[in-house]
Amino acid sequence: MDIHEYQAKELLAGFGVPVPRGSVAYSPDQAVYTATELGGWHWAVKAQVHSGARGKAGGIKLCKTYHEVDAAARELLGKRLVTVQTGPEGKPVQRVYVEVAEPFERELYLGIVLDRKAERVRVIASAEGGMDIEELANTAPEKIMQVVVEPAVGLQAFQARQIAFGLKLNIKQVSRAVTAIMGAYRAFRDLDATMVEINPLVVTKDDRVLALDAKMSFDDNAMFRQRAVADMRDPSQEDPREVQAAEHNLNYVGLDGDIGCIINGAGLAMATMDTIKYAGGAPANFLDVGGGASPERVANSFRLVLSDKNVKAILVNIFAGINRCDWVAQGVVQACNDIDITVPLIVRLAGTNEEEGQRIIRESGLPIISASSLTEAAKKAVEAARAHAAS
Amino acid sequence: MSILINEKTKIIVQGFTGDKGSFHAKEMIEYGTNVVGGVTPGKGGSTHLGKPVFNTVAEAVAATGAEASITFVAPAFCADAIMEAADAGIQLVCSITDGIPAQDMMRVKRYLMRYPKERRTLMVGPNCAGIISPGKAMLGIMPGHIYKQGTVGIVSRSGTLGYEAAAQMKALGIGVSTSVGIGGDPINGSSFLDHLMKFEEDPETTAVVMIGEIGGPQEAEASAWVKENMSKPVVGYVAGLTAPKGRRMGHAGAIISAAGDSAAEKSDIMRSYGLSVAPSAGELGTTVAAMMAKL
Repeated sequence: MDIHEYQAKELLAGFGVPVPRGSVAYSPDQAVYTATELGGWHWAVKAQVHSGARGKAGGIKLCKTYHEVDAAARELLGKRLVTVQTGPEGKPVQRVYVEVAEPFERELYLGIVLDRKAERVRVIASAEGGMDIEELANTAPEKIMQVVVEPAVGLQAFQARQIAFGLKLNIKQVSRAVTAIMGAYRAFRDLDATMVEINPLVVTKDDRVLALDAKMSFDDNAMFRQRAVADMRDPSQEDPREVQAAEHNLNYVGLDGDIGCIINGAGLAMATMDTIKYAGGAPANFLDVGGGASPERVANSFRLVLSDKNVKAILVNIFAGINRCDWVAQGVVQACNDIDITVPLIVRLAGTNEEEGQRIIRESGLPIISASSLTEAAKKAVEAARAHAAS
Repeated sequence: MSILINEKTKIIVQGFTGDKGSFHAKEMIEYGTNVVGGVTPGKGGSTHLGKPVFNTVAEAVAATGAEASITFVAPAFCADAIMEAADAGIQLVCSITDGIPAQDMMRVKRYLMRYPKERRTLMVGPNCAGIISPGKAMLGIMPGHIYKQGTVGIVSRSGTLGYEAAAQMKALGIGVSTSVGIGGDPINGSSFLDHLMKFEEDPETTAVVMIGEIGGPQEAEASAWVKENMSKPVVGYVAGLTAPKGRRMGHAGAIISAAGDSAAEKSDIMRSYGLSVAPSAGELGTTVAAMMAKL
């Protein structure tokens, strides 16, 4: 799960990470009022969307007068910001963050990630702030400093000091950087984050160290014990179909092909999508219907897949372990009776009670195309989608 | 022979009396698995499915000599259950549970390291379908009838893709020595490499199928080891060629976030280390058959 910059700064500030003074605004009036409250001479008005690279996309405006704050908020609020990370449809800007803009001398990079290779938390820092860290890792890996955290004891102050001295900070700045690094790590650990990125972490003329931007992602599996973080979810930043899927406890990811997929198991779902592509077609979505595929779940899956208007055929591929093919078959038949499905439907059932499931499909009298293997199912779906598109 | 479990392995079920625990324990017993009891705190002293129930894993081990356990414990309490099993001297813990926080798994792995290597617990999963040595024992939730007993090892992240491979192989008359699901989470108890090493040592296993997916460095690491150290041929497959970057595909760990994470890159790495890569998931069985014909 991702959150907005202003939310990440609020959380990090709670762990002692220094951030510039700022406040969120939902309207131009509120933005101007916020600027007057904050004081200062310059303000940054920043579009709050779940994406990086906002600056290059025109989502961050530096303002010198209240009039400019008003104009910036008017321009940003209500529009969709398209960045290199959002895709062409962009993300809606419903709030802006108004922040006191301070001059700074240096831009640094600080990141904390869950490292899958080390199976530990890794702290990454670089003196080259503002840059894409992955690009830097490729072009100049010697400019990146890293420490791996021992989970039994957590990040130690000496490790943070090593990083701070490595960033060529003076002694006053080092102690402030250590505070920021330790705070960011504690936020990561205590809030079940999977990523904290402060890019840039800036050093001001008067030796202060500030998180100028902040990004945090969280472990969905831990949200049951992180209520305050879970409440920061902003569904407007997510694909509406995925939000709808989450409400029904289904795993859905929208893609741009035309063959809708309803499959059990994440691995089989990915493999089925790949097999569709291998057969010359394109999948419209990833959908894992999950272990206990009740008729309601199957029906909800059909509604979700059909809400994508590009879908020209639907492929149901079930390899039943915990599931039973006869239950899934009943769900498919019920969904066909309840929902007006106007595209061809291809069903492949294997595993527990497969013969019974296939019998239910056969005897339903519905125009369902049966397939016995994964390859056959994918081929039939590609043919059916082509025929339907041509008709 | 087989790896990890056989018909003699004494097994306990953690979360024995719950709905899922009961259902799958029953299936495991019917398959012929040597289930010697179970653990549900507060229900110690009772009998469930004809087997004794204990309050703690330590009591279960003392009374039954259990060597392996399977956990059907809710995500919030599962890390605790795994550490309890390790502390009680259980040598193999298989965790089916989906949804364990990543930082809990980090702590579990650190905890397991506190024991010397000779008594260290091997963990399989979490978020996996479990382990089956066909015809001998099942420590998992798979449909047992799709596996034919034989000599090919399977190690897979995904449960359902492991089923797919086993069923395609059975249809071609090819059997399985042991099938292991390592699970779809970012941090697994054991890796592809851990199980490839066991298959290499197992005299009964003649070849291995490794089924990976997008995300993480494990497939590449295992493939490099295969090239250097493995005498037995390995068929590889990586799911997720059509998965977009940065999106989580169902499994917590299935996300392309770094270089080397994509299915195309991993397939290329497998090929470069001499694995036979199945061109699609529908051709897992035929790729194994073609490899077996060359043995």
